[in-house]
Amino acid sequence: MGALDGKVALITGAARGQGAAEARLFVERGAKVMMTDVLDDEGQQVAAELGDAAAYMRLDVTSEDGWKEVVAATVEKFGKLNVLINNAGIITPVAELHETSLATFQKVTDVNQTGVFLGMREVVEPMKKAGGGSIVNIASIDGLIGMYGAVAYCASKFAVRGMTKVAAIELGKYGIRVNSLHPGGVKTKILDDTGMTEAQAEEAFKAIPLGRIAKSEEMATLAAYLASDDASYSTGSEFIADGGLTAGFALEG
Amino acid sequence: MSNLAGKVALITGAARGQGAAEARLFAERGAKVVITDVLDEEGRQVAADIGDAAHYIHLDVTDENSWAAAVKETVAHFGKLNVLVNNAGIVQVKALVDTSVADYMKVIEINQLGVFLGMRTVAGPMKEAGSGSIINISSIDGLIGMSGGSAYCASKFAVRGMTKVAAMELGPDNIRVNSIHPGGIHTPMITQAGMDESVMKDIFSKVPLGRVGQPEEMATLAAYLASDDSSYSTGSEFIADGGLTAGFSLEH
Repeated sequence: MGALDGKVALITGAARGQGAAEARLFVERGAKVMMTDVLDDEGQQVAAELGDAAAYMRLDVTSEDGWKEVVAATVEKFGKLNVLINNAGIITPVAELHETSLATFQKVTDVNQTGVFLGMREVVEPMKKAGGGSIVNIASIDGLIGMYGAVAYCASKFAVRGMTKVAAIELGKYGIRVNSLHPGGVKTKILDDTGMTEAQAEEAFKAIPLGRIAKSEEMATLAAYLASDDASYSTGSEFIADGGLTAGFALEG
Repeated sequence: MSNLAGKVALITGAARGQGAAEARLFAERGAKVVITDVLDEEGRQVAADIGDAAHYIHLDVTDENSWAAAVKETVAHFGKLNVLVNNAGIVQVKALVDTSVADYMKVIEINQLGVFLGMRTVAGPMKEAGSGSIINISSIDGLIGMSGGSAYCASKFAVRGMTKVAAMELGPDNIRVNSIHPGGIHTPMITQAGMDESVMKDIFSKVPLGRVGQPEEMATLAAYLASDDSSYSTGSEFIADGGLTAGFSLEH
C-alpha cells in the first residue's frame, strides 16, 4: 500500500505508544517521517529501525523555538512538509478538581494544548508551499465527554477539538485539512500515568461494545487515513476510534 | 491497494452517484460487490463494467422480503456477506407547513426504514462470517438542520441514532456500525432535487475547502470504514463535508 507516497510527516511524541505506531505505519505506506519526542534514546531507536525514511529530532512541544527548528529541519531533510500529527500528550494521576494544583493544570495545558497550537501555527507556511497538507490532532474521547478525575486533561482535549475547527476554517483555502482523532482506551504507556494497572485497564474496557482495549496500531490506521488523499473532503471534524465507548449506555450488563 | 480483499459488500442505491462510486472503488480494492438498486438498467450496467467481482440484484429497500432475498442471494453468489453500505436515499426540499404525510412518509420509508431493515437483515450472515462492518450513509443533515428538510433531516438524524444502538448491540459479535455524513456532493440525487451544478458550486464555494465534494471522496471514506483499518471504530459519525459543519466565519 503506497497510500502515503509523497507525504512528509512530522509526528510528535513518536518515541513510543501511538506516535511510534504511526511512524512505523506511515513509513510502511510510503511516507517520510520526522519523529520527535523528548525521550531521545527511545526515539532514536525507533528511527534507526525505520531506516532512511525516518529521522529523529528532539522537540519539546511547548517550545516555540523548538518548533521552528524542527519544522525547518524537516523541510531541509525531506524537501517539504505536508502532514503533521500532533500526538504528544500527557495525563496526570487521577485527582478531583479540588485536589488539582495550578501547576498540574498548567503543565497539562502547556503540553496537550499549547503544543498543538504552536504545531499548527508553525506548519502553515511549509504546507502552503507544498500546495496543501493534513494536520491530525490527537484529542481523546475526553475531548467528547467528561472523565472523572481529569479536569486538566479534558480541558486540554476539548480545546484541541475546538482549535481543530478554527484551523480548518482558516486553512481550508490553502488546501490544508485539519481534523481531530479521538482514541478511546488504548494500551500505551500513558495509561500507566493515570495510576491504572494493565489488568485494571483491560477489565475496564470489557464493558464497551467491542469489549476490548485498543492497540496503538488501530489509531495509526486512522491517522494514516486522515493523512492520505483518501480523506480529501474531510476537514474540521472529529474522527472517533473508541470501540463504541461514546455510542451510548446500555441497560443490559 | 487491496485492503478490501476478502470482503463481500452489499451496496444499496448503487446504480449511480455515491453508491456506484463505492461499488467501483470497493472492487478496485479487492472486494466482491453486490450492487442493488431499483434502477435495474443502470445498476446492471455498473455491474457489467466492473466484471466478475460485481453482481446486480434488484432491491427495494423499503421491502422486508426484498431484503431477505437480496441478502440470501449475496451469500449464495459470493459465499458470505461482511460489509453493508446503506447508501440508498432520496432528498426532498419542502417547507414544513407544505409537507403532507405522504411526502413525509416516502422519505422516512426509504431513508430510515430501509436502513433499519438492512441492518436487521445482515446481522445474521455477518455473525456467521465472524465479523462485519455496516456503513450507514447519513448526511450533514443528520448533524445540523436544513431548511426545507423536515422529512430528510428527521430520517438522517434517525440513521445517526440507530447507528449507535446497532453498534452497541452488535459489537459483541464484532460487527461495527458507523455513519458517514457527506456534505454537498455532486450526484444525481441533488440535481433531481432542483439544484443545478452552478447553483451547487456557488453554495459550496463558501465552505472551508471551497468546493463541492465528488462521489469518489465519499467512496474512500466508506472503503476505510469497510476495511480492517477501522477495527476500533464503531457507533461514531464520520464526516466528509469540506468543513461545512466546522463553524461559521465572520469574514467573507
